[in-house]
Amino acid sequence: MGFTYLDHTADIAVRAWGGTVGEAFAEAARALIGAMVSLEWVRPMTSRAFALRGSSLELLLVDWLAALVAEKDVSGLVFSRFDVEIEEDGTEVALRASAWGEPLDRDRHEPRAEVKGISLLGLRVRVDGGTWFAEYVADV
Amino acid sequence: MDEFDRLEQVSDVEWVLAPYDHMIVPGRIYADRETIEQLRREEGDGAQWSAIRQVKHVASMPGIVSAALALPDVHPGYGFPIGGVGAFGIDDGVAVVGGVGFDINCGVRLLRTPLQRSEVAPDIDRIGEDLFRTVPAGLGAGGSLRLSIREIDRVLEEGATYVVREGFGVADDLEFTEEGGRMSGADPDAVSSLAKQREFQQVGTLGSGNHYLELQYVEHVLDAAAAAAYGLSEGQVVVAVHTGSRALGHQIGQDYLKELGAACTRYAIAIPDQEMVCAPIKSPEGQRYLAAIAGGANGAFANRQMIAHLVRVSLTRTCGLDPSAVRTVYDIGHNNAKVEEHEIDGEVRQVLVHRKGATRAFGPGRPETPAAYRSVGHPIFVGGTMGTASYVMRGTELGMKKTFGSGIHGAGRALSRKKAAKKFWGEDVVSALRKAGIRIFAHDPRGVAEEAPGAYKDVERVVGAAQTAGLNHAVARLRPMAVIKG
Repeated sequence: MGFTYLDHTADIAVRAWGGTVGEAFAEAARALIGAMVSLEWVRPMTSRAFALRGSSLELLLVDWLAALVAEKDVSGLVFSRFDVEIEEDGTEVALRASAWGEPLDRDRHEPRAEVKGISLLGLRVRVDGGTWFAEYVADV
Repeated sequence: MDEFDRLEQVSDVEWVLAPYDHMIVPGRIYADRETIEQLRREEGDGAQWSAIRQVKHVASMPGIVSAALALPDVHPGYGFPIGGVGAFGIDDGVAVVGGVGFDINCGVRLLRTPLQRSEVAPDIDRIGEDLFRTVPAGLGAGGSLRLSIREIDRVLEEGATYVVREGFGVADDLEFTEEGGRMSGADPDAVSSLAKQREFQQVGTLGSGNHYLELQYVEHVLDAAAAAAYGLSEGQVVVAVHTGSRALGHQIGQDYLKELGAACTRYAIAIPDQEMVCAPIKSPEGQRYLAAIAGGANGAFANRQMIAHLVRVSLTRTCGLDPSAVRTVYDIGHNNAKVEEHEIDGEVRQVLVHRKGATRAFGPGRPETPAAYRSVGHPIFVGGTMGTASYVMRGTELGMKKTFGSGIHGAGRALSRKKAAKKFWGEDVVSALRKAGIRIFAHDPRGVAEEAPGAYKDVERVVGAAQTAGLNHAVARLRPMAVIKG
């Protein structure tokens, strides 16, 4: 389980991985929040539940990350811990997740870049040798 | 043979990509050789994208007119390249999400003051600090104007005119804002409630990344007639505000990537790249998208109007200025799609002009331009970097013919954020600039390293290429004195 930032001219490109697709999505989320604030200072004080559906794993990944970006403005929350489960459901894929975090604190969280959106460029969810990878580019 | 091998150089600053594959029209790139070489090198580095291939993609979209264009600050974007321009026929063309992007109507407002550099320089720390405290910037900074959903609907419909009516502006701000500060055709119902919820405390905030507020002075006037029309003279202190539609626009962009993705399938439009999702301009989906981005554009006009008010509040406090002495030179966006009339092959036609990281730059005589500027063309603002210069340029007659009246918007990145953060150290950048007489006020030192002057291309080259190509004409060179960053 983990994530890394790839080199990219204007924005933030992420490769996240895990033993399950859910873990890869959780790491993708940590990379997203980690681009905006210092993850280690975000305490898991409060939680939010997410339920999303999509026509593909890639589009589900975009919706999942976009929901976390929006949450920062709507409830003011940023998260550091994620529990994500993904299941096939007919022709769709469904995500159920819990995220733990706290209200964004400009003094403690070392705010960085503001993510504008999750792009469809370089978007990929794949399994390779038993490891799931989630790759995306965030526009900042 | 890749796109670069196919590029034919027709002048020092103009390259043509003749149609092949699915291209309907040629690609036309206005840039110097160094820019083309740099784009080629980046692609060789294994970058995931290529600006020239993106020009090719734009040239392949239904209803594209004349040519897919790229301006001298061209670099890879999402869908369209940054510095990309594409005009589409209203009857047979499409509205493309990747032609506008997430930061709808991101742009620059330039304010002029009666202050001289010599009066401000000794007191720059205090003046800069007050601006830094007055204008909310950076991640999580809320604006002082907090709006209900009903008020946000009015911002969507009325743009800067709403903010001025609420008391945050002076009489001629709207006259000197593109579209009078209000894009017509905006429909709040085309904008999701999530986009509105995210916006409620963001009007009057600068944001982060490459957005900035700069206190600058006019170093050189390069076109006396135009500078006089714009009220600019050497030594004069001006304030540039670079920001956009904030979370409102970001969410509209995100929502319509999905909505127009579905529309593409419905209308069986083959797209060369996922970011080029689109809908026929005349379709209900296309009309809805245009109504949404008009709302997003109005959000950006409102945002810059509110920040202009905050700049006045600060300069009143620190310099004893009357708020009405701080005047809007112009406010213009560089991410938008607009219906405009242009002469194409000897015939005046309505087209939807997408400008992505490109401004409108109308030459003399256009009715859209404020009367005071109509004889010289309206101003455009070319952002440099924190340590170098910015430019005021103007539209030209040749630019009307060659690029649908479009202009450059900035220097463009040369290094990735990651490479810049490795190469530069925020505190070092701040102290080096301080020695050069430029004060940096930033919430995020890492952000300063990412935006270090060395991370950007040379603005002089970009301006030079636009001028040599005759697209835009330089009016004045501005130097930063204090820089406010998120």
